[in-house]
Amino acid sequence: MKKIVVVGNGMVGYKFCEKFVSQTNSKSFKITVFGEEPRPAYDRVHLSEYFENQDAKALEMASRAWYEEHGIELITNERITHIHRSSKKVSTTKDLHYKYDYLVLATGSSPFVPNIPGIEKKGVFVYRTIEDLEATLAYAKKIIGKSKKAVKAAVLGGGLLGLEAAKAVMDMGFEPHVVEFASKLMPRQLDTRASKVLQEKIESLGIHVHLSKATNKILGNDVITGMEFGEYDKIDVEMLVVSAGIRPRDELAKTCDLKMGVRGGIIVNNRMQTSDPEIYAIGEVALYNNMIYGLVAPGYDMAGVAVDQIVGDSKERMSSAIDMSTKLKLIGVDVASYGEPFMPVEKGYSIIYENKTKNLYKRINISHDGKKLLGGILVGDASDYNMFHQIYLNGLPIPEDAEELILGSRGEGGSSFGSVLDIPDAAQVCSCESVTKGDICCLINEGDCDNLGDVIAKTKATTGCGGCKPMVVDLVNETLKSQGKEVKETLCEHFSFNRQELFDLIKINKVKDYDEALNLFGEGDGCEVCKPALASIFATITMETPNKQVAIQDTNDRFLANIQRNGTYSVVPRIAGGEITPDKLIVIGQVAKKYDLYTKVTGGQRIDLFGAQLHELPLIWKELIDAGFESGHAYGKSLRTVKSCVGSTWCRYGMHESVTFAIEIEDRYKGLRSPHKLKGGVSGCIRECAEARGKDFGLIAVDGGWNLYVCGNGGATPKHAVLFAEQLDDETVVKYLDRFLMFYIRTAGPLVRTAPWLDKLEGGIEYLKQVVIEDSLGIAEELEEEMKGLINKYECEWKQAIENPEMMKRFKHFVNSDDTDDNLVFVPMRDQKMPKAWN
Amino acid sequence: MQNIIEQYKSVSEVNVTTWFEVGEVSDFPKNSGACIKYKTKQIAVYNFARKNSWYACQNLCPHKMEMVLSLGMIGDKDGVAKVACPMHKKNFSLKDGSNLAGDDLKIAVYPVKIKDGNVYIGFED
Repeated sequence: MKKIVVVGNGMVGYKFCEKFVSQTNSKSFKITVFGEEPRPAYDRVHLSEYFENQDAKALEMASRAWYEEHGIELITNERITHIHRSSKKVSTTKDLHYKYDYLVLATGSSPFVPNIPGIEKKGVFVYRTIEDLEATLAYAKKIIGKSKKAVKAAVLGGGLLGLEAAKAVMDMGFEPHVVEFASKLMPRQLDTRASKVLQEKIESLGIHVHLSKATNKILGNDVITGMEFGEYDKIDVEMLVVSAGIRPRDELAKTCDLKMGVRGGIIVNNRMQTSDPEIYAIGEVALYNNMIYGLVAPGYDMAGVAVDQIVGDSKERMSSAIDMSTKLKLIGVDVASYGEPFMPVEKGYSIIYENKTKNLYKRINISHDGKKLLGGILVGDASDYNMFHQIYLNGLPIPEDAEELILGSRGEGGSSFGSVLDIPDAAQVCSCESVTKGDICCLINEGDCDNLGDVIAKTKATTGCGGCKPMVVDLVNETLKSQGKEVKETLCEHFSFNRQELFDLIKINKVKDYDEALNLFGEGDGCEVCKPALASIFATITMETPNKQVAIQDTNDRFLANIQRNGTYSVVPRIAGGEITPDKLIVIGQVAKKYDLYTKVTGGQRIDLFGAQLHELPLIWKELIDAGFESGHAYGKSLRTVKSCVGSTWCRYGMHESVTFAIEIEDRYKGLRSPHKLKGGVSGCIRECAEARGKDFGLIAVDGGWNLYVCGNGGATPKHAVLFAEQLDDETVVKYLDRFLMFYIRTAGPLVRTAPWLDKLEGGIEYLKQVVIEDSLGIAEELEEEMKGLINKYECEWKQAIENPEMMKRFKHFVNSDDTDDNLVFVPMRDQKMPKAWN
Repeated sequence: MQNIIEQYKSVSEVNVTTWFEVGEVSDFPKNSGACIKYKTKQIAVYNFARKNSWYACQNLCPHKMEMVLSLGMIGDKDGVAKVACPMHKKNFSLKDGSNLAGDDLKIAVYPVKIKDGNVYIGFED
């Protein structure tokens, strides 16, 4: 039994363990891992996500149980202080000694803190570990809480990590300032112009950038109050995060005379061995080819080589050409750089496309003979990165006119790339997990896998940074197609049909309920994907409410309320068009007070009451219904609101009565279930105060009628609705809306909103106009009839529920007790309350 | 927070010391879940009528420590009965409590017995 000791349990140290356990003869080795941090290895690349959710578990690479299961001894909170090469032992801070046959140093790096006078003051932090973040966060809470105005915080360093830190500082509520010594942002990856494009973009997001600044002093008594760059050049900041590069953690090498680089780092050969062949160094502590590689992908490769050298057949060597290409999203902006981003003229030519109106920058560097792509930069849109990266890595042929790579081919209108299958098999598709195109295609061609999920499970591709996912999806689909297999959009493992096919099957065969549909057209017992999808189909065929087939409803629909973070619910009564009487407002206020609910006005011009427990929902709704309210369907994939401006009723610019029309439309379609939520808007003039063009359907009053817009949405990828028809009278608007909505409901996939549905609709908006306005399919009348049928069947599902004792049974936390959930904890929040934060 | 979860440990039928009666069969909705209380525990009970089986597990989702699993939709993955947490759709096996996405968050499961129209859950305490 040989002993391997791994010093360091960061991402690369963990990768060593992961690759170790997959070796066949790993059983003949005993492995002990030391980590100085209190927790097992976590994903430092996505550290800034910790600010969003403060969920350390979510970042974990593997749990303690994983190490136990694989017989790996993991000792955290313990640092190795010495290596005794003669006796082949390491000793710890607690002066415990451990023997090793092989020693693997994966100690990583520490943040470089420049020696600036005053850098030791309170309020100065680094950005590397979860503990660093927690300390920063605690400090931020303390000083922001006290202040009435914007508090400034700076980040020292405008590199990749510095910009991540700036985003985190902004998310904490500070006014962020990035201070960079160089004359540009991300100096290692970007040229000056790309950096400028990135700078303008992030400045527009509220991040202040200070370039070419050498900080000569941190101001303040014992707490930071500012930074000084020159005699009259300073900024006031109350916190500083230092992110000015990394220094290898090579102090252990000094304790035992391993060969080191002049500027630090432990020198290794291409087997990852240090000057002592039984001691290996991998990751950011290793100096390979006179370089420290501060990216995770080369670190993972090094871990693989070291495992193969110690446990495997010792054939693997670290390649001498290390790809430093990266693609990332910084503060929501795509940035990528691959190959040789800066092109000295003696090596090749550059073609540069810059569009400041869209904050776009694309640069490609081409060899003198115009045959090879040598590298490039993308800012603002990196969707072509995977393709460029593959062309560069594998020396693939490029179009004769290289500019087509970034400008698209002229005339044809097609893409200048061929199929993903043209990439050579050796091409690395997922660099985090070193998965090649050959690995993926082989699994499918040899029949080991026949879907994306299996390919991901087998290769781990896409599980790192996720950047290669689109390409992996394309590869899987194209390979399946090349074998003549149909790549079919299916609902889930229980139904091998898409939503539209199931809609037709259920309608034509007059299927009554979910179980019958599953017995007729599916297999197995269903799941959380097909149940709500079919619930929506039944609702749009028969207008049945969720009270009819309770067991297949998503939790929100099952309890006719939106489940919130702590398992309580929120209540939204319908306030059509945003118009409400003072009496009704008072009722809402009284109900909220009586049940101690947190109240907030929503984006859809209604009022949301939060914090209701299950058993309180019917009581609350009874009071609301008695006062004349009805369900607002805020919990359903259904019509939410039709937002309105006050229109000609009051406004001196108004052309038509937008409130009146919004109420009419909202009342018409209320309760309508659809593939995803539906929102509308009606504006009384072209000033567009109701934001109608951000909705699934929007109306804007013009001289002579309404302009109708369709298929817009806010959300993660905002889309403006497209002009569909002009100067319509009320009746025609309603007719077109009936047809348009019904056509969408019939044909869209589950959870696909109108905007992405239109994107995928063959023929696009012109085709949609033909179907709806010109009735090219001859179904217009049928669509209208169907819609009218549904509208006539509307009833308020809350009223239905509280009048039926059988339906009421479900609004109770326990079956066998009248107690309520004792796990609920609320904390005060500005004069109201909120659920206790998640740990 | 940790101590809430520590009281949930899977029980296998052979080790049951208490069969606790939680109600009649008709108190539990078909093909979905409901929640019962036993001492300080909250247990989710599922009448999986399609499979003609009953399952029980902790009501606490181990991901965010909220009492919500009884509200989740049930179904199967490759034939294994499962529940999807309503919060973030994490899937747990109702057979053994394992996490079907392969990460290590697991849940405790408890045996269910039906006798003379009554429902019993098995505990060791």
